Amino acid sequence: MNMELSRRGFLAGAGAGVAGTTLGAFGFGDVEAAHAASIRPFKLANTAEARNTCTYCSVACGIILYSKGDLKKGEKAEIIHIEGDADHPTNRGTLCPKGSALLDVVHSKTRTLYPQIRKAGSDKFERVSWEQALDRIARLMKDDRDRNLVLKNADGVTVNRWTTTGFLAASATTNETAWATYKVVRSTGMVVFDNQARV
Amino acid sequence: MTNSWTDIKNTDLVVVMGGNAAEAHPCGFKWVTEAKANRGAKLIVVDPRFTRTASVADVYAPIRQGTDIAFLLGVINHCMQTDKVQWDYVRAFTNAAYVVKEGFAYQDGLFTGYDESRRDYNRSTWDYEIGPDGYAVVDETLQNPRCVWNLLKQHVATYTPEMVERICGTPKDKFVQIARMIAECASPTRTMTSMYALGWTQHSKGSQNIRAMAMLQLILGNIGVRGGGMNALRGHSNIQGLTDIGLMSNLIPGYLTIPTEREPSFDAYMATRGFKPLRPGQMSYWQNYRKFFVSFQKAMWGEAATADNAFAYDWLPKLDVPAYDVLRAFELMHQGKMNGYFCQGFNPLLSFPNRKKITTALSKLKFLVVMDPLQTETARFWENHGANNDVSPAAIQTEVIELPTTCFAEDEGSLVNSGRWLQWHWAGGTPPGEAKHDTWIMAQIHLRLKELYRKEGGPVPEPIVNLDWRYKDPNEPSPEELAKELNGYTTADLTDPNDPTKVVIAKGKQVPGFAVLRDDGSTACGCWIYSGSFTEAGNQMARRDTTDPDETGAYSKWAWSWPANRRILYNRASADRSGKPWDPSRKLLEWDGTKWTGYDVPDIAPTAKPEEVGPFIMNPEGVSRLFTRGMMRDGPFPVHYEPFESPVVNVVAPKVRGNPVARVFRNDMEQFGDAKEFPYAATSYRLTEHFHFWTKHAHANAVLQPEFFVEISEQLAKEKGIKPGGTVRVWSKRGSVTAKAVVTKRIRPLVCDGKTVHIVGIPLHWGFTGAARKGFGPNSLTPFVGDANIETPEYKAFLVDIEPVAGPVA
Amino acid sequence: MFPPLPNPSTAPGPARFGDKDLIRRSASTVTPPAQRQTEVAKLIDVSKCIGCKACQSACLEWNDQHEEVGVNTGVYDNPHDLTPASWTLMRFTEWVNPETQNLEWLIRKDGCMHCEDPGCLKACPAPGAIVQYSNGIVDFVKENCIGCGYCVKGCPFNIPRISRVDEKAYKCSLCSDRVAVGQGPACAKACPTQAIVFGTKEEMKKHADGRITDLKSRGYKNAGLYDPPGVGGTHVMYVLHHADKPEIYAGLPNNPKISPLVELWKGVAKYAGFAAIGALAVGSVLHRLVAGRSEVSREDETNAQRLAREEETKERASP
Repeated sequence: MNMELSRRGFLAGAGAGVAGTTLGAFGFGDVEAAHAASIRPFKLANTAEARNTCTYCSVACGIILYSKGDLKKGEKAEIIHIEGDADHPTNRGTLCPKGSALLDVVHSKTRTLYPQIRKAGSDKFERVSWEQALDRIARLMKDDRDRNLVLKNADGVTVNRWTTTGFLAASATTNETAWATYKVVRSTGMVVFDNQARV
Repeated sequence: MTNSWTDIKNTDLVVVMGGNAAEAHPCGFKWVTEAKANRGAKLIVVDPRFTRTASVADVYAPIRQGTDIAFLLGVINHCMQTDKVQWDYVRAFTNAAYVVKEGFAYQDGLFTGYDESRRDYNRSTWDYEIGPDGYAVVDETLQNPRCVWNLLKQHVATYTPEMVERICGTPKDKFVQIARMIAECASPTRTMTSMYALGWTQHSKGSQNIRAMAMLQLILGNIGVRGGGMNALRGHSNIQGLTDIGLMSNLIPGYLTIPTEREPSFDAYMATRGFKPLRPGQMSYWQNYRKFFVSFQKAMWGEAATADNAFAYDWLPKLDVPAYDVLRAFELMHQGKMNGYFCQGFNPLLSFPNRKKITTALSKLKFLVVMDPLQTETARFWENHGANNDVSPAAIQTEVIELPTTCFAEDEGSLVNSGRWLQWHWAGGTPPGEAKHDTWIMAQIHLRLKELYRKEGGPVPEPIVNLDWRYKDPNEPSPEELAKELNGYTTADLTDPNDPTKVVIAKGKQVPGFAVLRDDGSTACGCWIYSGSFTEAGNQMARRDTTDPDETGAYSKWAWSWPANRRILYNRASADRSGKPWDPSRKLLEWDGTKWTGYDVPDIAPTAKPEEVGPFIMNPEGVSRLFTRGMMRDGPFPVHYEPFESPVVNVVAPKVRGNPVARVFRNDMEQFGDAKEFPYAATSYRLTEHFHFWTKHAHANAVLQPEFFVEISEQLAKEKGIKPGGTVRVWSKRGSVTAKAVVTKRIRPLVCDGKTVHIVGIPLHWGFTGAARKGFGPNSLTPFVGDANIETPEYKAFLVDIEPVAGPVA
Repeated sequence: MFPPLPNPSTAPGPARFGDKDLIRRSASTVTPPAQRQTEVAKLIDVSKCIGCKACQSACLEWNDQHEEVGVNTGVYDNPHDLTPASWTLMRFTEWVNPETQNLEWLIRKDGCMHCEDPGCLKACPAPGAIVQYSNGIVDFVKENCIGCGYCVKGCPFNIPRISRVDEKAYKCSLCSDRVAVGQGPACAKACPTQAIVFGTKEEMKKHADGRITDLKSRGYKNAGLYDPPGVGGTHVMYVLHHADKPEIYAGLPNNPKISPLVELWKGVAKYAGFAAIGALAVGSVLHRLVAGRSEVSREDETNAQRLAREEETKERASP
């Protein structure tokens, strides 16, 4: 739905002048011109597009992810380029130096790829399976909660407060992730709970 | 932001102070450029450094970090002295005329009720006089010496241009030039916008910095109007959303609050949240608190939250302290009182002050779980990286579990921008390796805990085993399911209160907005202010219609903004008392005799008569506050307090060190340095080439700004024998870093109260993982103290010493 | 707002210009097209530039370039100069205006100016290594480049850089691949404040007029357009607040011209057998056999300078 709508956005509407008066009018009459030796083939031809929002600051620039392979068709998709979305009212296709290099963070050599555990006193991480990592986390949490949940305060008031394990939430996850996180964390009685807004 | 990025094009004057919009928010800054190019708007930058924002400003003035309140109260003083006040606005929409109780006073930097031993105030006198009718007493003539206007006038009189220069180091002529430009915006047809960010928040009096500007904006009549407002630029892509959804120790989504242990029952909890109007006829919107709270409890615990169990009130934890903020968390950790910690997309080893303390604290944990798409320093705090992380792994007993998560490009959902727009996005790439969505990880943790409690039992399992988790795939709730919960839905047929046989909304429907939420358990809503974002009409956050009638910059069909798709908060204040726009060329709303019409969703009821209902509906007064009553811990008016580490003494309150009510833990007090030992005023900040500690993992950004440096003036470089591009050591009471030296004309010494103050600028983007060169962050140096109201650490003003050293950066 | 550049289409389409639109080709003659295309231009408004380096970032990304992570040498310029991978670069100058005593931080995006009269192309001895299209774009054709470095010497703006890896010359292509499918350059699309805009040269001049009027109203009485006539005008132009002093912007030439040495070098190269090899379109292997290192040798340069002096003497002698 959204791709269709966007096409009817600024450029077709407010920005109609662009195609009409500038880029479209370089006098490039006919289209059968051979590709010149110096001009490299347009690298976005036949890529799939996805509308997204820049992950950095809260100007929240619209971006387009261009990929080989299409997630929407259930394919494996490798993002090959990221560019500002000209249909977006705030950024109008522009991006800052961080946003312009988003591809480099998506494909960073220092992305985390597998669950790892560093044992007490060890000088290295060891790769583990998700099952191992998650079972271990649940065990550690439950043991600590069982031992340290404060049920009542000195005055006998029910407080159900867990202060010995804390959770620091993110700043770039979605509202939906935030809500799922909120529910899970709050349900345990955890109160040492904060997020990046503080700093 | 009260307004939006695209609205900035409507302004006449942009004041960037406490921020650096061109560098930290370049694409939002384009709307400043637009206002300049198309409206002839002017740009003023006030900053300790001549930033890239300053490079395109019409007027730049230097200021010593941590003295913004003196500057702003100086401007307010100028406006009051020269009668540059938008009087009709001030009289109609602020509490200028409200009479303050007898007994309230201010002297030598302190208000009535200070208790030094508790570092706190008894704030009982900081309030209005209440009349026999139960309402606040007002004096429309402003003659009463105890009315807010006269108290304010007296309060700001100290801050003359000469005093501003003494405190701030801003040359008097520059200050006066700027004060005059700002004062011109008292005209109903001239508007100023304030763009600020962490340059104001990261101080021990950060909240009051912002209040000072908000007060100025009210005096000029610039709140609620197009091209005006208080615009917090906000740092991260969804920091607004994370705050809205209340991922903080003391919050419930939508700015409701977690109960304290002084509120043993639901009734006791609600007793302090009644919000009776302070003036006749006011909306005092928080009167609906109970509806929002009960709907939240229903979203958490579904059918298990019933009227019989006070909607599961006991399943919420009860706080014993105001908040377990991050500073308190690391203090507890440092004391050995914490065993486990989760970091979801957050890198405290570089983000929190006094890194040595952070490392020690993390080393005392039993376990640390890091969920992140990038290899953070925090996940490797135990790893030795030479001088950049000088620890001994064998001595650290913390078990660390690192979980790979997806990044923005691989997930779907909504983010909230600074202008409160909730924008939906779609995934475009396959996650690398075994990276998983955070929603999957949180679900897995929950399901495992639930299973363990079912199998093994344990204390208070109810809130965990009863958590409403009715998702199609419990292993991974979908973004749409979660978004629908946030919006809210009916759990029973909603009937017409006047005709119980008539069903208004059937059971199981998405609610159209928060107005239909109820306190009897018939509605569930995760976050009341998001109500309306995902209705029966579909996902409003995914809207991409760019129409903008008359090009006001509202774009009200693009995405969805909270609350109720309102684009400018307090928009009723864009029109005068009778409902006519202050500036017809910048109309936002207008009263047509029967209802409000215009370009935005009015923040009062569409048929609320203009003379009766005030625009500031969340306040029980219905007006805005120049005097905040007892709502801020450090005073109903801002006061100039020096940073805890300051190169000079406070000339308006010589006996007060720092903010007198800021919380300081005992050991941290001992770790503050003084100007004798650490003579230079340091500040920390971001550079446009980088985003915090993330883009050092992006190769191109590592290229654009490869290596840690500090910035100093040519004068200081000469004094200390520091060469451009040479290596320096910078140290504070808490730590030491080495860096390259950028010697620049953009930083210059200031003269404050006759003393030369040198400034050392320390950017914050380097660490020991990623593509950029290894370096340090300013948090190796910064003090462990936060804002008195919200505990944001004082990163912007502290003391250091500096010296040249041989060789390259370690 | 200047109309934003549109989003790229992912549907494959034919190029809008190509070999038939060539108006110049290095060390060769071309038949000029019957009709010249509308000239394009990039306008860089220095007064709107916030020095964010989005243009550098977008350029690296679009052109799939891998620049080295450098060091800090006490300035904001990174990399420190144009390189074979960095085709554009922000140059920062701290300048105290002697009239106002105010500090001005002059930030100029450096890169190929796409001269109407391109010195690089004229200096180039390798046939077809540098081409100029009728829309004004001057492009390097890597396959034909022999890495001699003459283009560097021929450029009045010191722009091309020779790669040590493949010994080829590199510079900004004005994103010819994007322009060919109706897009604008990546830097112009990215630029957050529209300090960089792209369109027809006429439009750009008109847009510049508006900007100059605004700057004059703010007290920059010497604001103006930089479109230097010495190289026939350029297809990358600047709006400068101090157009009377382009040199304060990190040495932007006041009156750039193609060096008279250019033609003479080519003469010298003939003796060295350079141009002949180029003319035969022999690859760099043979080129190395004959000419050794792929750059202008010191001997060549000395010879050229000697010849130039002689030329100058002759000119002076025959008024």
